[in-house]
Amino acid sequence: MNRKLFSDELEQRLDELLFASHSHRSAKNIADGLEKLSREEQERALHWTGVAAQSYAEVGYLVAALAPKALARLDPAGFEAWVLAGLDAYDRHGGQAAMAQLRAIEAFAAARERAPAAARLADQEARLARFLQGLSGRPLGLAEGSVAHTDTETVFLPAQLAEYATAEDNRRLYKATAALLWAQTRYGTFGCAEVDVEARLARWPDRARALRWFAALEAVRLEAALAAELPGLAAEMARLRGPWPEALREAERRLGRADAAVSQTLTFLDECMAGAAEPPPLPHAGAIDLAAALGARATRLARETEVVRKALSALKGFGGRKGAGAASPAVNLDGGKFQISLDGEAVALPPDAQAAARSLVQDLGALPPECLTPAGPGAWQPLPPEWNEHAEEDALTGHREPQHRYDEWDWRRRAYRRGWCHLFEVALPPGDPDYVAKVSLRNTAAIRRIRRRFEMLRGEDRLLGRQPEGEELDLDALVEAAGDRAAGAEPEARLYSRRIRSERSLAAMFMVDMSGSTKGWVNDAEREALVMLCEALEALGDAYAIYGFSGWTRTRCDIYPVKRFDETYDAAVRGRIAAIAAKDYTRMGVAIRHLTRLLAAQPARHKLLVTLSDGRPDDFGDEYRGHYGIEDTRRALQEAHGRGVRSYCVTIDRHGADYLPRLYGPAHYTVIDDAGKLPLKVADIYRRLTS
Amino acid sequence: MSEARPTRDIASQLARIESEPYYQPVRDEVALFESAHRRRLPVLLKGPTGCGKTRFVEYMAWRLKRPLVTVACHDDLTTADLVGRYLIVGNETVWVDGPLAAAVRAGALCYLDEIVEARKDTTVVIHPLADNRRMLAIDKRGELLAAPGDFMLVISYNPGYQSVLKEIKPSTRQRFVALEFDYPEAAVEAGIVAREGGVDADTARRLVKLGELTRNLKGAGLDEGASTRLLVHAAQLIADGVAPAAACTAAIARALSDDPEMTGTLDDLVGAVFD
Repeated sequence: MNRKLFSDELEQRLDELLFASHSHRSAKNIADGLEKLSREEQERALHWTGVAAQSYAEVGYLVAALAPKALARLDPAGFEAWVLAGLDAYDRHGGQAAMAQLRAIEAFAAARERAPAAARLADQEARLARFLQGLSGRPLGLAEGSVAHTDTETVFLPAQLAEYATAEDNRRLYKATAALLWAQTRYGTFGCAEVDVEARLARWPDRARALRWFAALEAVRLEAALAAELPGLAAEMARLRGPWPEALREAERRLGRADAAVSQTLTFLDECMAGAAEPPPLPHAGAIDLAAALGARATRLARETEVVRKALSALKGFGGRKGAGAASPAVNLDGGKFQISLDGEAVALPPDAQAAARSLVQDLGALPPECLTPAGPGAWQPLPPEWNEHAEEDALTGHREPQHRYDEWDWRRRAYRRGWCHLFEVALPPGDPDYVAKVSLRNTAAIRRIRRRFEMLRGEDRLLGRQPEGEELDLDALVEAAGDRAAGAEPEARLYSRRIRSERSLAAMFMVDMSGSTKGWVNDAEREALVMLCEALEALGDAYAIYGFSGWTRTRCDIYPVKRFDETYDAAVRGRIAAIAAKDYTRMGVAIRHLTRLLAAQPARHKLLVTLSDGRPDDFGDEYRGHYGIEDTRRALQEAHGRGVRSYCVTIDRHGADYLPRLYGPAHYTVIDDAGKLPLKVADIYRRLTS
Repeated sequence: MSEARPTRDIASQLARIESEPYYQPVRDEVALFESAHRRRLPVLLKGPTGCGKTRFVEYMAWRLKRPLVTVACHDDLTTADLVGRYLIVGNETVWVDGPLAAAVRAGALCYLDEIVEARKDTTVVIHPLADNRRMLAIDKRGELLAAPGDFMLVISYNPGYQSVLKEIKPSTRQRFVALEFDYPEAAVEAGIVAREGGVDADTARRLVKLGELTRNLKGAGLDEGASTRLLVHAAQLIADGVAPAAACTAAIARALSDDPEMTGTLDDLVGAVFD
């Protein structure tokens, strides 16, 4: 067993693993490379080659080819991390990125050695983003970039920082860098109406050096500006960077004041550029990408000016009077709040225009005059589509931007594939309007029985007698107490009655399998079951929603809303129940994740996710079938549990007992052997679950 | 017949507020409130938690020299809790006014705090009091209580709660003159924090800055930013000798969120303002 594998054996194993590839390359060279390794290393290399090849055969090839080099440089855990990083790059950016990531073994190993002390953006991202939101009040994006800089809409930070010896200091460095970049947008680094930074920088032929000096000098000015408003943050920055380098002492003297403006930086920049020196490196000062910043700012200014202008012209008496000079409003900036007065009368802007106006003032120092001119006689018009992030839909190419992206669990990698599944909510066409009525007619007796049973469960007020306090007297208790007292016994002190509410605070989500295998009698059974359920739940008064799910590969996961939580059980919903039809496949994890999110937003105390299904998770292609799909579904259910959602499965798959305990837990599923019984049973199951 | 029954007198026990509560007027709310009182109109105070609604009502009760009855509404508050009930004393029943009935009898200011928390069937008892009838029906006694001119109904609610269950019914809200409250401007708020918390102007200014930073996080993980009340609490701890950063962590960061990620961010913000 521990014998090393020889080249021909390795070649055969590789051929099996990489069989799916259309490439006719021989595995011979790769096998020769692997032959030198120990058996343990050979097995590790083969295992991860197989894992990688499941995603993309070319990546598998590369893993096998580079394995000897990677194993020599990295420990076993490092090797695993190296493959996962490559696969992650493949998921996010495709094959080219994966190749580049895998080839950079040396950089990966070096980063890993520093890793104990390094801080990673992925770990800090959420916290930093909220920190920036707290500082700025306007949403400032956070993204990975090779060089720290900002375009005034997004702050770009490197994926990893390892400047300092401890992880804590590197974390602080992230914060300081992000805060300084935010300060660039806050304290006018990119100029205002009076100061044209671009024109001042354009006079230097060595633009790169000018930008480097500009960034260093601005760091000095901005830190002083921060110190006035956020002294704690400025002190932390000062501790991180140590004393200013000698070359910036003069800059500190001239720019290190809270009231220094960017024009002073530009004046001093001229002096620095006249000399030959390079600016000293500062750990926390990012670069300045003036072109990107000015471009993004121009777009934003145009958009926000338009928002404010439209809001103003929608206000009383402003838009109507075209060209009436007297109607131009006076804008009063008072401690960040806007008082806009029109003909001496104070008017309030709607919240979006307030935010836009605040943002404009942050950029320009004042509202631009053009937003105070009337927008013309036209009514409030929607923003052009390029300003609306969700309006894109390219019908010609069939390419649709997914409404949501969800992670998926890959059990082989023991990691999530980020944003892997593309989810769309698709409207069901209205079905037979009489379908529900027909089903109801056929099952009149059963429905009447269900309604009666569920009405008994309904949460209603109860009157509790013999209470120590309450709004009403309990006459029985009172008479008894009077009798006791007359007889010389100690009278009962609990003489009141109190009304208590036994409230059912429950929201139920029904997730209906619309995969191709339900075609025929299973589909009929599902639809009839939903009719019964709706009758029962209407009697009960619980909040409930019904969604169908199906799909075709990870890029087309469809969710069909049948009844949303805020809809009533009306003709439209009945029509959609009739329209539930067998579609494609059963990629369950993504559907569970999406519906969990909808369910978790409900205000009810108890949340229940009930799946009606006819079989195990499955999708087109081999990938999702079998273990992968089961593990992903299991993971999605665990996530749901973590969000306070309890799940239950009703299935008519007779083999369900094989895998359902692993998915839902031993007592959280029911297998129904005859689909015909589904309609009558489902309501009963729901009653048992919730009473 | 009902007059013959013994009644425990609550109304005469209601006391006036003797010393002036500290209140910093922000806009014209004092004049509006006085005007509403003169014209016998009920008032609805809207605003986020801890921005000074309750203090304003105390101040107005003092100014108008009326007793103040405050009821903190909760979801089990019944009509009897407001109007009154019979208690058994010996072999007799004794009627005891609830806070609302007592306030009507005494011509007091009745302040129903967080009215949306009360049950919907409870809030309707205030309807006849809140329009031109100005009547309170005590059905158990068969009594119709007419409110004297000095009686005034004040309710408050916080529109910031997103829950659909915490909505105030139009039939209720359309009986009230609405005064909107918000956190005051930075300079005014710093004055309040300095005065109430007993700290110097610079510390107060920094606390207000911190409040502003947390309010920027509203909707991005926080339901509400730090209220003026929280800032005053932090200031009071600082005035008592607690280190500023520790005081803000305890009184603001931990009070706002339980989520470890969020408290991490809040700690960062505290660290940005105090070192």
